[in-house]
Parts: sequence; C-alpha cells; structure tokens
Amino acid sequence: MSWTPNRRHLLGYGAAAFGAAAFGLPVSARAAGDELTIAYNVNLPSWDPTTGPSAVNPTVQGFYQSVFDQFIAQKPDLAFAPGLITEWGWNDDRSKIHMTVREGVTWHDGSPFTAEDVVWSLERAAKPETGNPIQFVWSKIGNFSIDGSKITADVLSFEPTLFKWMSFLTGYVMPKAYYEKVGAEGFEAAPIGTGPYMVDKFERNAFLRLKANPNYWGGKPAFENVTIKFVTDAASRVAEVESGRSQVTLEIPYEEYDRLIAKDGLAGAATPISDIGMIFLNDIEVMTDRNVRQAAVMSIDKTLLVDRLLRGYGKPIDTLEAPEYAAFDDSIKTPYDPDKARELLKASGYSTDNPVKFKIQTTRGFKPKDYEMIQAIVGMWRKVGIEAEIEVYEIAKHFELRAADQLAPAAFYNWGNAIGDPTTSTGFAMYGPSPHSVWDGQDLIDMINPLWGEPDEEKRIAGWKAVSKHIAEEAYVIPLIQYVQPVVHAKNVNIVPHISGALLPALMTPA
Amino acid sequence: MILQKFLLRLMTMAVTLFGVAVVVFVVIRVAPGDPIAMMLPPGAGPEDIERLRALYGLDKSLPQQFVIWLGGVLQGDFGTSISLRQDVLSLVLGRLPATLELATLALLMALAIGGPLAILGARERGTAVEAGIDVAGGAALSIPDFLWGLLLILVFGVLAPIFEISGRVSPSLDLPFATQFYLVESILRLRFDLTADLLAHMFIPALALALPLAAIITLLLKQSLKEVMDLDYVVLARVKGFSETQVILREALKNAALPTLTLIGVQFTFLIGGTVIVERLFSYEGLGNMAIDAVINRDLPLIQGIVLVFALIFVLINLAVDLSYALLNPRLRHG
Repeated sequence: MSWTPNRRHLLGYGAAAFGAAAFGLPVSARAAGDELTIAYNVNLPSWDPTTGPSAVNPTVQGFYQSVFDQFIAQKPDLAFAPGLITEWGWNDDRSKIHMTVREGVTWHDGSPFTAEDVVWSLERAAKPETGNPIQFVWSKIGNFSIDGSKITADVLSFEPTLFKWMSFLTGYVMPKAYYEKVGAEGFEAAPIGTGPYMVDKFERNAFLRLKANPNYWGGKPAFENVTIKFVTDAASRVAEVESGRSQVTLEIPYEEYDRLIAKDGLAGAATPISDIGMIFLNDIEVMTDRNVRQAAVMSIDKTLLVDRLLRGYGKPIDTLEAPEYAAFDDSIKTPYDPDKARELLKASGYSTDNPVKFKIQTTRGFKPKDYEMIQAIVGMWRKVGIEAEIEVYEIAKHFELRAADQLAPAAFYNWGNAIGDPTTSTGFAMYGPSPHSVWDGQDLIDMINPLWGEPDEEKRIAGWKAVSKHIAEEAYVIPLIQYVQPVVHAKNVNIVPHISGALLPALMTPA
Repeated sequence: MILQKFLLRLMTMAVTLFGVAVVVFVVIRVAPGDPIAMMLPPGAGPEDIERLRALYGLDKSLPQQFVIWLGGVLQGDFGTSISLRQDVLSLVLGRLPATLELATLALLMALAIGGPLAILGARERGTAVEAGIDVAGGAALSIPDFLWGLLLILVFGVLAPIFEISGRVSPSLDLPFATQFYLVESILRLRFDLTADLLAHMFIPALALALPLAAIITLLLKQSLKEVMDLDYVVLARVKGFSETQVILREALKNAALPTLTLIGVQFTFLIGGTVIVERLFSYEGLGNMAIDAVINRDLPLIQGIVLVFALIFVLINLAVDLSYALLNPRLRHG
C-alpha cells in the first residue's frame, strides 16, 4: 500500500513535531540498566592517540584509554601493570630491551593482535614524519626482532623512563594492518583498538557513543553502552547531572560539588590527582635575590588557601613531587613563617613600607580558583613587604612565554604528571635547557644532568630527591597544592577514581 | 543598470573578503599564543620545536605563509587543521549547516515573538499593555544571549526538565541523513520523530538567541507602526470601516516593516556571531563551538577558515538584504 503525503498529513505531522518540541520530550539519557551517560568536560579533537596536539593533551587520555590499550597499563593508584605487554625489562648492561606480548587479544574488527602491531607502533612513533610529539623518547630504541610473542630491541640511547612512557602520552598500540589499509583519514573516521570499549558513534564537539568490547582481555565492561557528552561549560555539566540526563560528571566548581552530593540520588568522589598548582619563578629581576624568593615561599599559607578557597579540596605540597610520585620525599618542608619572611626581606632592604616589587602572571578560570588563589597570595605577600602586580593572561600566552623563557618573575601554572616520574615533573619544569623551564641556574643543571641517563633506579630516585631538596632550600619554585578532582555521580553508579585524572567508564559499575 | 550594480556589489564583496583574509591572517599571528608552544610535550628540545614548526609550515616568513595560504584558498584548499588534522574546508562546511539552522530557527522565533508583540503594542498604544511590552522588551534586550541561555538551562533544564540542554540530537538515534542540514532533511524525509528530537535540542539555544532580537523587532516595528498609524492612507482605511487590527495588518504593516527588515538583516549577522557562545554553552556542534576550540588550540588554519566563512555569510546576507529591500521598496526598485 502506498502512502502519498498531502497537505493535511504534513500539517498534522508538523503540528505533532512542534507539539513534541514545545512540550518537551522524555529525557532520553536517564540511567537505565546497562546504559551510562557521562558529561565530560573536554572535547575529543582527534582519534589517533599518537600524533598531533591532542596526543599530548592529558585531559583527553581517558577517551583514548577507553578504546585503545597502552603498551603497559596503569592502575588507578598509578602503579604499573601488564597491558598488551605482559613482561618487560632491560638486559644487564642496558643495551637491549625485551618485551612479551599478550596472547589471545583481538582488535575491535576481530583480527588478532600480534607482536607485529607492537613493533609497528613503536617504529611508527619513532619516525619524525609521523608527527608523534614524543618521538624523542621512542627514537631511543630500534632494530626490533620478533620471536613469537617475544620482542627484543636495541637501546640506541639509554632512557631510564622508557617503560614508564609506555603508560603515558602516545604510549598506545595501534592496529598495523587496519591502519595501513584505511589510512589516517579512514582511521579517524572509524578507529579501532583493543580497549574495553569500541567506538559506536562519534560526533565531534557533541558526543561519543561507546559499545562494550565483548572480547576484552581484561573482561567485558559492566556498562554495555556508554554515551559521553562533551559538555565544556561547567554550569551545563551541573545541569546535566542534576536533571538526571547524565549519571556522571567531573570538574565542576567545588561549591556545586558540595551542593550536588547533598541531594538525593547523587554521590561524589573527591580524590587527589596527579595535577599540581605551582608558581614558576624566573631568574630575572628581583628573583635573583635568594632572600626574596625564600620570603615569597614562606609567606604563603597554603593550608588557608586550600581551606578557604578550595573548600578543603586540595593538598598543600612542598615540592613538585606529589605524594603518589616516585621521588616524593616527606622530609622536605617549606613551612609557613611570615616572621622569617619579613626578616629575610629586611636583610635585602625591603619592608612593608618599602616593598619589593615584581609582576605575577596567572590564568583566570583555567584551573579552579586560579586567579582567586593568586589574589590571596598577593594579599599574604603584601603583609610581609612584597608588592606583586597581577597580570592575567590566556593559557596559550603562558605556553608561548614559557617556551621563549619570557615569563614574568612569577607565573602561576598547573603541572600534570600521570606517570609520577621525577623527570616528567621536577625534571622538565626545572631543567634550564628545557623549553618548559624558566629557571636557568647552572647549579641545578649540573645536579640534573647525570640523572637523565642514570641506570641505577634507586640512585636515580635518590638523585631527584636531592634535587627537590636543593630547589626547596633555594626557593627556585613555589609549589602550592595538589589538586583534588571532583566527580559527581548517580548513586546507582559506582566509580573508581584514577589518580591520573582520567575518568574511565571501564572502571564504572552499576551499584 | 541593475546588473551593473550587482556586479559592482560582487566586486566589493571580493575586496571585502580579501581584506578580511589579510587582517585575520596577520592578527592571529601577532596575537599572543604560539600553536607550537601549545603542543610541546615534556622533554621537547629546540630541535623538536623546529621540527614541529617545519611540519606545520610555520618556519616560513609571514608573507611566504600568506601567499601559500591564499594560493591554496583560491584553489579551494584552506589547509589542514593543526588540532584536528583534517581538511579545513570540509570541517567548516560540515559544521556550517548546524549553525545556519540554529540561527534561522532563532530568527523565526524572534519574528514569531516580536511581530505579534509589536502589532499588539501598536494596537494598544498609550495603554498599560504597551508599557508592559516596552518593559519586557527592555529587559529582554538588556540580558545578553548567553545569560538567557544559563537562565533557560536552569528553568527548562533543571527545574522543569522538558527540553534537552546539550548537543544537537540524541546520541542513541540513527540518522539517515545525507547532508548536515538535519532539521531541513528530517522534514523533507517526513521523519518527524527526528524533527521533534532536533527541535527539543535546539529550542532553548534558539530561544536564548531569539529573545534579544525579538525585543529589538518588537520595539522597532512597534515604533514604525505607530509612526504610520496617523498617515492619510491609514486613516482612510479606518474610515472605510476596517478594524484596528485589519488596518495594521493590511495597510500599516507593509510600509512599517521596511526599517525592521533592514535591521533584521544586520541583526541576523550578529545572531550568527552570537551562536559562538551559545553553541558552546549548549554543546551544540556548530561552527561557533568549533571556533572556540580553534582559538583555544591556536589552530591557525582552522581559525582562518572559520573567519572567512563567517565573513562570506555576512556579505551575502547584506547583499540579500539590499536586494530584498530594493524589491520591496518601489522607490529603490525604480531608481
């Protein structure tokens, strides 16, 4: 039977459509059995986790880790665990590495995962023309050979953190045969991995729909379908979870977090993550005066900042090493002592009547209470004889100035370090020749230089602890706080926070 | 004569677009924020910086970069997005329909709200009704669209959650569309279930965009109507026995609408500009939302592509308004 639309039909349908829109539709994303909806705070720009700017963007790693597996996995407490590589290590003289590849794993298209995929991924990552931003690490191994599930390679240049990078940025295994077949554009349109979830639907800037991988080597995830909405506005994320459209959200203002978790049906998890807040000191102008630097550190009451501004959601830190990091040293302290700060400033000829003056740069709204925190710090400094002028800039400007070593004498920033190694925190932030560092002191360069290639792990970590101690004594940087990540979720969903800050649907289960 | 004027307008458009291209190219390169510095991984050295600069063509001089880019644009190649690593023109054209649909819906809503209120205000001129319309119009105008968005999210998203507050369409739906004009295509395909879903997603962002424009239309059209209500031909219509509403609709509205039409053309361009913030607020996958990401990531080719397309839309709308104004205004039509 054929049906020919006429004017009356069209008017009728039009009225029905308008009526449905006008009176609203049933909210489609409420918690339902094996369905989970997450309101995420960032967009996913690109699907290849090994190339381009998004490959080194820590905030999108949770998406990648849902679809792809890393060479080496990382547990929620940042401990390393077997991933697609089950065993790994160096030979005695550190001239070779060996890896054992997990067997019985399949790609999302059903094809078998093999050692060739691992070698191809590592070789591809090492080639400059592929645009892998971490190429400087991956190029330190080569001449791979495969024997069944065993891989060996030559160490071209010793890198003690090589295996840690296999759990970090760009450390993902890519499907050799599929990628070669579909190319970069084809992969972008239909990515496959070996991870716990398969990409079902992806609308850039809108949503990502994932389907559980029934053959996942780590066990099928609890939720069959996961919809991740990219909701970049914090107020909209609050509305998403408050209205029940999403069951989980993260990175909302702490005031809203406290309000939401007090509501029926909602719960929260506020966990310290591997991100820290800090103030870079540039060795220019008055910052070359040790007394000024030390006074600037001593006159900041970090506990007060956490309690008053962050509602208790943060942990004061004394070095750039958070407690979960490998080179954390609890014995290093930079106590709050405004009287001592005044003495030090006095020794350099400064007082509240004749304050030392410099500029401090900060973002506004890039991290929770960043500007407010700097305002409070400037107020604390004023009381001891430091007059700092605040300059607000965009985060892009910060990166540009930092790479050019042109930051102001003081500049607020946050630093993430999901693998917790001292090289990727203190190392790159404080090593003069690094484009991420603005402190160029030769004493620090001399201390750090031998640590880059130190093969003895205990000695290496001890060396970094000594570096942290020296930095604290000389006040080359002002560590402020370790961030706490607020996650709000429906009570019918259990979540497991990951200290890296990645919100992973595979770690969520129905309550 | 008309053809000559039209060709002259086309030439002016080309010059305008070239000017925009030059300005945007220079401005975004002298503005703070280096895209390479944004993507530097920990441990990168000077050689890595140089490698990345060469990879994205930023190692060349500014004039060289401009000539290469302009040469590409003239051949339809707007370059490759740094952050999305895809063809810029495809990305922009892929998003443009979503923004055009949202802006058009907002314009229709503004007309649907503003037109009747203006007529009511003109009909009830000098009464409390007109005063109430003036107050409401002033209030709607004084609140920016993004703030309307937040208020509407609170009302229709949280307190009475009857509309969707993020995205363009429900993720669980399968879309049979061949183009990115989802709303138009859903209607043409008679898939009114999808039309309803799309409208449920677009309703609040479109309303947030529409309210300030509706206020402008109300106030301007009402004033125009009031000005013509005492002219001879309107008085004559009354004498003929037409009701006040008939007088407005049949006689006064046609002439009074001309200034409003001009204004709508100008305001529509602002409306499209306003989608940038509103799309972000509602996670609506349009050109504006992509523009913010492009700016945050200092994705120079993508910013250039988006701005050029926005500029093209603006000049086309202005051209369309001029042409329609000429058609509607007999004095212009006959020189």
